[in-house]
Order: sequence, then C-alpha cells, then structure tokens
Amino acid sequence: MKVTPYGVRGSLAAPGSATARYGGNTSCVRVTGPDGTVIVLDAGTGIRALALELPTTLSRVDVLLTHLHMDHIIGLGFFGPLYNSAMEVHIWGPASATLSLEARLRRYLAPPLFPVLLRDLPCRLELHHTGRSRFSIGPFQIRAARICHPGPTVGYRIETETSSLAYLPDHEPALGTRRFPVDPEWTSGFELAHDVDLLLHDAQYTREEYPGHAGWGHSTMHDALAFGQLAGVKHLAPFHHDPGRDDAALDKALDAAVAEVKPDFPVTPAAEGRSFDLGSA
Amino acid sequence: MTTKPAQQSVEMILVRQLASYLFVPVLVFDTTETVIFYNEPAERILGVRFEETGRIDREEVDRLAELSVDPSAGPDDLERPLETALRQRRPAHARRWLLRRADRVRLQVELTTFPIIDHEERLLGAMAMFWEHHEP
Repeated sequence: MKVTPYGVRGSLAAPGSATARYGGNTSCVRVTGPDGTVIVLDAGTGIRALALELPTTLSRVDVLLTHLHMDHIIGLGFFGPLYNSAMEVHIWGPASATLSLEARLRRYLAPPLFPVLLRDLPCRLELHHTGRSRFSIGPFQIRAARICHPGPTVGYRIETETSSLAYLPDHEPALGTRRFPVDPEWTSGFELAHDVDLLLHDAQYTREEYPGHAGWGHSTMHDALAFGQLAGVKHLAPFHHDPGRDDAALDKALDAAVAEVKPDFPVTPAAEGRSFDLGSA
Repeated sequence: MTTKPAQQSVEMILVRQLASYLFVPVLVFDTTETVIFYNEPAERILGVRFEETGRIDREEVDRLAELSVDPSAGPDDLERPLETALRQRRPAHARRWLLRRADRVRLQVELTTFPIIDHEERLLGAMAMFWEHHEP
C-alpha cells in the first residue's frame, strides 16, 4: 500500500512559509491499495487537495474518520466526490452513546455551519459506524478500536497481505499514568499498532508543553516514541504537529526527543506529499 | 502455560487510571469476576501489591480478604453487590459488611459496586469501592 499524507497538522490549519516543508493542512491521509482502491483517513483541510488528485476513473472512495473534532472533519464539505452523482462515498466513523454517525455529522453539514445538507449531497453516500469493529474495503483488512482521546474516538489498523499501517492521529495513551509505557495489556492502542510496518501517531507536544495540556487527548514526542517501542513498530511517522510549531522548531524538538529515546526504528515526521510505500504493493 | 492477556479496552484502561488516583480502596473486575486491577488503598486490604501479583481470581481474593454480612445488616444488605453489578448490570450499595483484611484487622465497611458498560452496551466488568463505615 502507498500512504500519502495531505494534512499532518493538529488542531488548526497553519499555512504559511514557516510551515511549508511539513505542511499546514489538518489531518488527512490517502491510502492506496495495490488494485487502486483508495481510502482516505480523516477529512481535515488536506482533503480538498487530495480529492483533486484522485483518478478520474475512480467510482468509490471510503473516508475513515477517527473522530469528529473539527480539525478532522472540516474539509468534508469540500470533498469533491461528495458532489459527484457517479461516485459512491462511504464514510466510516464512531457514533456516540446517544447519536448515530449521521446525526453527529449533520451537526456540521447543516446551517448555520455549512450551507449544504448532508442529505442533499448528490453522491451515493453510505455511513458506517466504527466503534470497535473489523471490516474489509477492497484489498484492505481494517480494524477499528476506541482509543484514549476525549469523546468517541477510534484508531485504525489497515492491512494488506504484505503490509500494515496503524493510524492514531489523536491519542493520549499516557493519560493518568505515572510511568509510560508499562504493560501492553494496559496501553490504549497497543493492539492496533502492534508490529505494524508504519505507525502514524500523535506527537503534538514536547515534554515541557505537556503538563499544561494533559487530558486534551494528545501525546508528547517522547511518549509517541515510547509507544512505538512498546508496540514494536517498524517505522514511526510523528503526526498531528502543533500548529504553533514551525518547521525548524519541529525538527529541533523531534531531533532532541529521538536522541534521548534512541528508538530502534526509523522516525520520519509526517509531511504533506511525502509518501510511504509499504510492502511489495 | 499462561497466555498473555489481550489489551484491555480503553474504557477499562481509563477505569484503572481513575482508580489509581482514588483514596478509597477500589477493585476492578472483568466479567468473569477476576480482579484485573486493584489500587494502592486496596493493597492494604489484600496484603499484596498489584505490581507483584497482576490479576487475581475471585477465589484468591476471598482467601486474602474475607467479606461477610454484618449480623446487624438489614434485608437490603443481603444481596451480593458484585453479582448484582455483573449479572444484573445494576449498581449496588451494601451498608453493613464486615471485612477481614489480610492483616486480620476487621472493619465494618460499606461496599459500592457498579457495572462498566461501553457505548455499545457491552458489559466490560465492574468496579467495587470500599468505604469504612462510620455511624452518623
């Protein structure tokens, strides 16, 4: 599979020359299978550009939402395939205890926040709840599981016969722990990330920044590295970069964390347009 | 040979983290009545440390600390709170129970249990909290 980020920024888009190298769009990743099947992970501001690069022959696209915080769905209304009557669009994401995924999405795709109603979109739209589930899309075997982040939030593990990816863009597995990590059994997201070829994982904060943001649902760079070690991942791409951190500051902070933790796997900070080719596909 | 337990659900992980910060003794059970976590105050009751034992089954808990109905208890206190939480998915509170800790100290306690149920109405386990009894 080929994994291409179109948005790697957390919380808020941060365009401008200071963030141009990693990119300023919020969470959105394209996953392309060996047969051309396309999965889109989250619908942040990066999804607009992603849609422009989809093959014109594509007739179905699946959007997997991890959760419904604004930075992960704000681009949904600007996703071209939703306005194409020839397209079949499947949106997967978590319901809440009282509202279906459709009801939750309607809160955004409706006035006064958005002029077009969800039900008026011309594409053939299907919505799927993914709380804790396994399902297939083309060549992809997908597992969803709830992870530690405020509100209903899932992470995804996506596998083909030859490759595996875990996507946990908003994840605070160290919340409330005195030492992290300790035991796989008690670590949120462990099974999703275990032994994957590539882990895209939240690394929004430095250790110094974290105490003022504990409980907001995000990880430090150190914790992302430690989580990757515990899970035995083969490659880590820190993700959900803080909107207040420019490219130079991001390099400096991540380099320092890597030098201290010394992970036994490569670390490549996620950047818009920088693809990862996994497996032989 | 024992197999490594699968990763707990995030709901149970958060229950454990909450319990680890509480002052009152807390036991966290899975649906088979196995204690999958107990906090530091509960370690005083059981006389063992979680970091040393890990999960412990119900029979072992009963051996470490005996819980019995106070002879002065009323009819409302005769139900088994843990069974109520896990089998009936209801919270329960018993006001008069006698607890014999691992160090043989006997205490009159109140016991609160409630089921842990996730968004999909799946029963994950139960939380049991002990309150040392004080007459009003």
